[in-house]
Amino acid sequence: MDNRTRNVRLLYFAWLREKVGLASEEVELPAGIATVAELVDWLEQRGPQYGEAFARREVVRAALDKVHVKPSAALGEAREIAFFPPVTGG
Amino acid sequence: MAVRVQHDDFDVSAETEKLIGGRTDVGAIVTFTGRVRGADNERQVASLTLEHYPDMTEAEMARIETEAHARWPLQASLLIHRVGELHAGDNIVLVIAASAHRQAAFEAAAFLMDYLKTRAPFWKKETMPSGETAWVDARAEDDGAADRWR
Repeated sequence: MDNRTRNVRLLYFAWLREKVGLASEEVELPAGIATVAELVDWLEQRGPQYGEAFARREVVRAALDKVHVKPSAALGEAREIAFFPPVTGG
Repeated sequence: MAVRVQHDDFDVSAETEKLIGGRTDVGAIVTFTGRVRGADNERQVASLTLEHYPDMTEAEMARIETEAHARWPLQASLLIHRVGELHAGDNIVLVIAASAHRQAAFEAAAFLMDYLKTRAPFWKKETMPSGETAWVDARAEDDGAADRWR
Protein backbone atom coordinates (compact mmCIF):
# COMPACT_ATOMS: atom_id res chain seq x y z
CA MET A 1 0.00 0.00 0.00
CA ASP A 2 1.12 3.55 -0.58
CA ASN A 3 1.87 5.99 2.20
CA ARG A 4 -0.40 8.84 1.14
CA THR A 5 -3.24 9.87 3.35
CA ARG A 6 -6.46 10.80 1.60
CA ASN A 7 -9.91 12.06 2.42
CA VAL A 8 -12.94 9.83 2.20
CA ARG A 9 -16.59 10.34 2.98
CA LEU A 10 -18.10 7.94 5.50
CA LEU A 11 -21.85 7.36 5.65
CA TYR A 12 -23.88 5.68 8.39
CA PHE A 13 -27.43 4.44 8.12
CA ALA A 14 -30.26 3.29 10.40
CA TRP A 15 -29.10 2.28 13.91
CA LEU A 16 -25.45 2.81 12.95
CA ARG A 17 -26.27 6.45 12.19
CA GLU A 18 -28.03 6.77 15.56
CA LYS A 19 -25.18 5.18 17.52
CA VAL A 20 -22.42 7.14 15.78
CA GLY A 21 -24.54 10.28 16.03
CA LEU A 22 -23.72 11.31 12.47
CA ALA A 23 -25.19 10.60 9.05
CA SER A 24 -21.91 11.34 7.30
CA GLU A 25 -18.43 12.74 7.84
CA GLU A 26 -15.26 13.46 5.90
CA VAL A 27 -12.19 11.82 7.38
CA GLU A 28 -8.54 11.72 6.51
CA LEU A 29 -7.67 8.06 6.16
CA PRO A 30 -4.33 7.32 7.77
CA ALA A 31 -1.82 5.55 5.56
CA GLY A 32 -1.76 1.80 5.96
CA ILE A 33 -5.50 1.24 6.20
CA ALA A 34 -6.15 -1.03 3.27
CA THR A 35 -9.43 -2.86 3.90
CA VAL A 36 -12.92 -2.25 5.21
CA ALA A 37 -12.14 -4.30 8.34
CA GLU A 38 -9.02 -2.21 9.02
CA LEU A 39 -11.07 0.95 8.64
CA VAL A 40 -13.53 -0.36 11.23
CA ASP A 41 -10.62 -1.15 13.62
CA TRP A 42 -9.46 2.45 13.25
CA LEU A 43 -12.94 3.93 13.64
CA GLU A 44 -13.52 1.98 16.85
CA GLN A 45 -10.63 3.84 18.45
CA ARG A 46 -12.05 7.25 17.61
CA GLY A 47 -14.58 7.27 20.44
CA PRO A 48 -17.05 5.23 22.47
CA GLN A 49 -19.88 5.95 20.04
CA TYR A 50 -17.95 4.12 17.30
CA GLY A 51 -17.19 1.23 19.64
CA GLU A 52 -20.90 1.00 20.37
CA ALA A 53 -21.89 1.25 16.69
CA PHE A 54 -19.50 -1.50 15.61
CA ALA A 55 -19.87 -3.70 18.71
CA ARG A 56 -21.82 -6.30 16.72
CA ARG A 57 -19.39 -6.05 13.87
CA GLU A 58 -20.49 -9.33 12.27
CA VAL A 59 -23.87 -7.81 11.42
CA VAL A 60 -22.54 -4.52 10.03
CA ARG A 61 -22.60 -4.30 6.23
CA ALA A 62 -20.49 -2.03 4.04
CA ALA A 63 -20.53 -0.51 0.57
CA LEU A 64 -17.70 1.11 -1.39
CA ASP A 65 -18.88 3.77 -3.80
CA LYS A 66 -22.42 2.35 -3.58
CA VAL A 67 -21.55 -1.32 -4.18
CA HIS A 68 -21.90 -4.01 -1.48
CA VAL A 69 -18.56 -5.41 -0.29
CA LYS A 70 -17.24 -7.84 2.32
CA PRO A 71 -15.14 -6.71 5.32
CA SER A 72 -12.02 -8.11 3.64
CA ALA A 73 -12.53 -5.86 0.58
CA ALA A 74 -9.69 -3.51 -0.35
CA LEU A 75 -10.64 0.17 -0.05
CA GLY A 76 -8.76 0.92 -3.26
CA GLU A 77 -9.61 4.40 -4.47
CA ALA A 78 -13.13 4.43 -3.04
CA ARG A 79 -14.36 7.94 -2.20
CA GLU A 80 -17.51 6.99 -0.32
CA ILE A 81 -17.65 4.23 2.28
CA ALA A 82 -21.00 3.39 3.83
CA PHE A 83 -21.82 1.30 6.91
CA PHE A 84 -25.28 -0.03 7.64
CA PRO A 85 -27.24 -2.89 9.24
CA PRO A 86 -28.61 -5.77 7.17
CA VAL A 87 -31.24 -4.32 4.87
CA THR A 88 -34.95 -4.64 5.70
CA GLY A 89 -36.84 -3.20 2.75
CA GLY A 90 -39.56 -4.82 0.65
CA MET B 1 -36.74 -1.45 -17.40
CA ALA B 2 -37.24 1.10 -14.70
CA VAL B 3 -36.73 1.57 -10.98
CA ARG B 4 -38.15 4.29 -8.77
CA VAL B 5 -37.81 5.33 -5.14
CA GLN B 6 -40.56 7.69 -4.03
CA HIS B 7 -42.56 8.77 -1.04
CA ASP B 8 -45.84 8.96 -2.93
CA ASP B 9 -48.19 6.04 -3.32
CA PHE B 10 -48.45 4.18 -6.64
CA ASP B 11 -51.40 2.97 -8.66
CA VAL B 12 -50.85 -0.62 -9.81
CA SER B 13 -53.22 -0.43 -12.79
CA ALA B 14 -51.86 2.88 -14.01
CA GLU B 15 -48.25 1.69 -13.69
CA THR B 16 -49.03 -1.56 -15.51
CA GLU B 17 -50.77 0.30 -18.32
CA LYS B 18 -47.89 2.77 -18.64
CA LEU B 19 -45.38 -0.08 -18.79
CA ILE B 20 -47.20 -2.51 -21.08
CA GLY B 21 -50.06 -0.57 -22.72
CA GLY B 22 -50.34 -1.20 -26.46
CA ARG B 23 -47.78 -3.99 -26.59
CA THR B 24 -48.99 -7.21 -28.22
CA ASP B 25 -45.90 -9.35 -27.55
CA VAL B 26 -46.47 -9.52 -23.79
CA GLY B 27 -48.45 -12.62 -22.86
CA ALA B 28 -47.94 -12.60 -19.11
CA ILE B 29 -47.76 -9.86 -16.51
CA VAL B 30 -47.06 -10.64 -12.86
CA THR B 31 -47.48 -7.77 -10.40
CA PHE B 32 -46.52 -8.02 -6.76
CA THR B 33 -47.59 -5.38 -4.25
CA GLY B 34 -46.10 -5.37 -0.76
CA ARG B 35 -48.11 -3.60 1.97
CA VAL B 36 -47.44 -2.46 5.51
CA ARG B 37 -48.82 -4.90 8.12
CA GLY B 38 -50.53 -3.56 11.22
CA ALA B 39 -48.71 -6.03 13.44
CA ASP B 40 -45.23 -7.53 13.40
CA ASN B 41 -45.44 -10.90 15.15
CA GLU B 42 -47.68 -10.01 18.11
CA ARG B 43 -46.56 -6.41 18.25
CA GLN B 44 -48.92 -3.65 17.07
CA VAL B 45 -47.33 -1.24 14.63
CA ALA B 46 -48.72 2.27 14.26
CA SER B 47 -46.37 3.37 11.49
CA LEU B 48 -43.19 2.49 9.65
CA THR B 49 -40.44 4.85 8.59
CA LEU B 50 -38.38 3.74 5.62
CA GLU B 51 -34.83 5.06 5.42
CA HIS B 52 -32.62 4.42 2.39
CA TYR B 53 -29.23 5.20 0.85
CA PRO B 54 -30.01 7.63 -1.96
CA ASP B 55 -28.23 6.80 -5.22
CA MET B 56 -27.08 3.39 -4.04
CA THR B 57 -30.70 2.34 -3.68
CA GLU B 58 -31.50 3.11 -7.31
CA ALA B 59 -28.17 1.66 -8.48
CA GLU B 60 -28.74 -1.57 -6.57
CA MET B 61 -32.34 -1.89 -7.76
CA ALA B 62 -31.13 -1.40 -11.34
CA ARG B 63 -28.45 -4.09 -10.86
CA ILE B 64 -31.11 -6.49 -9.54
CA GLU B 65 -33.38 -5.70 -12.49
CA THR B 66 -30.54 -6.20 -14.98
CA GLU B 67 -29.81 -9.58 -13.42
CA ALA B 68 -33.47 -10.61 -13.77
CA HIS B 69 -33.38 -9.66 -17.45
CA ALA B 70 -30.23 -11.74 -17.91
CA ARG B 71 -31.91 -14.78 -16.37
CA TRP B 72 -35.39 -14.63 -17.87
CA PRO B 73 -36.75 -13.44 -21.23
CA LEU B 74 -38.52 -10.38 -19.85
CA GLN B 75 -40.03 -7.77 -22.13
CA ALA B 76 -40.58 -5.17 -19.44
CA SER B 77 -40.19 -4.68 -15.71
CA LEU B 78 -40.73 -2.06 -13.07
CA LEU B 79 -39.64 -1.75 -9.44
CA ILE B 80 -41.06 0.95 -7.18
CA HIS B 81 -40.16 1.25 -3.51
CA ARG B 82 -41.66 3.84 -1.19
CA VAL B 83 -39.68 5.67 1.53
CA GLY B 84 -40.58 7.94 4.43
CA GLU B 85 -43.43 7.45 6.89
CA LEU B 86 -46.00 4.79 5.97
CA HIS B 87 -48.98 3.37 7.84
CA ALA B 88 -50.64 -0.03 8.17
CA GLY B 89 -52.38 -0.91 4.93
CA ASP B 90 -50.23 1.41 2.81
CA ASN B 91 -48.50 0.11 -0.28
CA ILE B 92 -44.76 -0.17 0.18
CA VAL B 93 -43.30 -1.95 -2.85
CA LEU B 94 -44.36 -2.79 -6.39
CA VAL B 95 -42.74 -5.28 -8.76
CA ILE B 96 -44.00 -5.85 -12.29
CA ALA B 97 -42.49 -8.52 -14.55
CA ALA B 98 -43.76 -8.98 -18.09
CA SER B 99 -42.87 -11.77 -20.48
CA ALA B 100 -44.29 -13.74 -23.40
CA HIS B 101 -45.13 -16.65 -21.09
CA ARG B 102 -46.18 -16.95 -17.47
CA GLN B 103 -43.34 -18.99 -16.00
CA ALA B 104 -40.68 -16.41 -16.70
CA ALA B 105 -42.92 -13.64 -15.35
CA PHE B 106 -43.74 -15.55 -12.14
CA GLU B 107 -40.14 -16.55 -11.48
CA ALA B 108 -38.68 -13.13 -12.30
CA ALA B 109 -41.16 -11.37 -10.00
CA ALA B 110 -40.24 -13.71 -7.11
CA PHE B 111 -36.53 -13.25 -7.81
CA LEU B 112 -36.87 -9.46 -7.94
CA MET B 113 -38.64 -9.39 -4.57
CA ASP B 114 -36.21 -11.82 -2.93
CA TYR B 115 -33.23 -9.76 -4.08
CA LEU B 116 -34.86 -6.44 -3.24
CA LYS B 117 -35.42 -7.63 0.31
CA THR B 118 -31.85 -8.79 0.82
CA ARG B 119 -29.78 -6.34 -1.26
CA ALA B 120 -31.50 -2.99 -1.75
CA PRO B 121 -30.39 -0.57 0.99
CA PHE B 122 -33.66 0.20 2.79
CA TRP B 123 -34.21 0.05 6.54
CA LYS B 124 -37.53 -0.05 8.38
CA LYS B 125 -38.15 1.53 11.75
CA GLU B 126 -41.42 0.68 13.48
CA THR B 127 -43.34 3.04 15.72
CA MET B 128 -45.60 1.29 18.23
CA PRO B 129 -48.92 2.79 19.38
CA SER B 130 -47.11 3.81 22.61
CA GLY B 131 -44.72 5.95 20.57
CA GLU B 132 -41.82 3.59 21.20
CA THR B 133 -39.67 2.87 18.15
CA ALA B 134 -37.56 -0.10 17.04
CA TRP B 135 -35.48 -0.93 13.97
CA VAL B 136 -36.76 -4.03 12.21
CA ASP B 137 -34.31 -6.95 12.27
CA ALA B 138 -33.38 -8.70 9.04
CA ARG B 139 -34.98 -12.13 8.73
CA ALA B 140 -32.97 -15.27 8.06
CA GLU B 141 -35.88 -16.57 5.93
CA ASP B 142 -35.33 -13.70 3.51
CA ASP B 143 -31.70 -14.69 3.04
CA GLY B 144 -32.83 -18.28 2.52
CA ALA B 145 -35.36 -17.15 -0.09
CA ALA B 146 -32.70 -15.19 -1.97
CA ASP B 147 -30.20 -18.07 -1.75
CA ARG B 148 -32.43 -20.39 -3.77
CA TRP B 149 -31.65 -18.35 -6.91
CA ARG B 150 -27.91 -18.89 -6.67
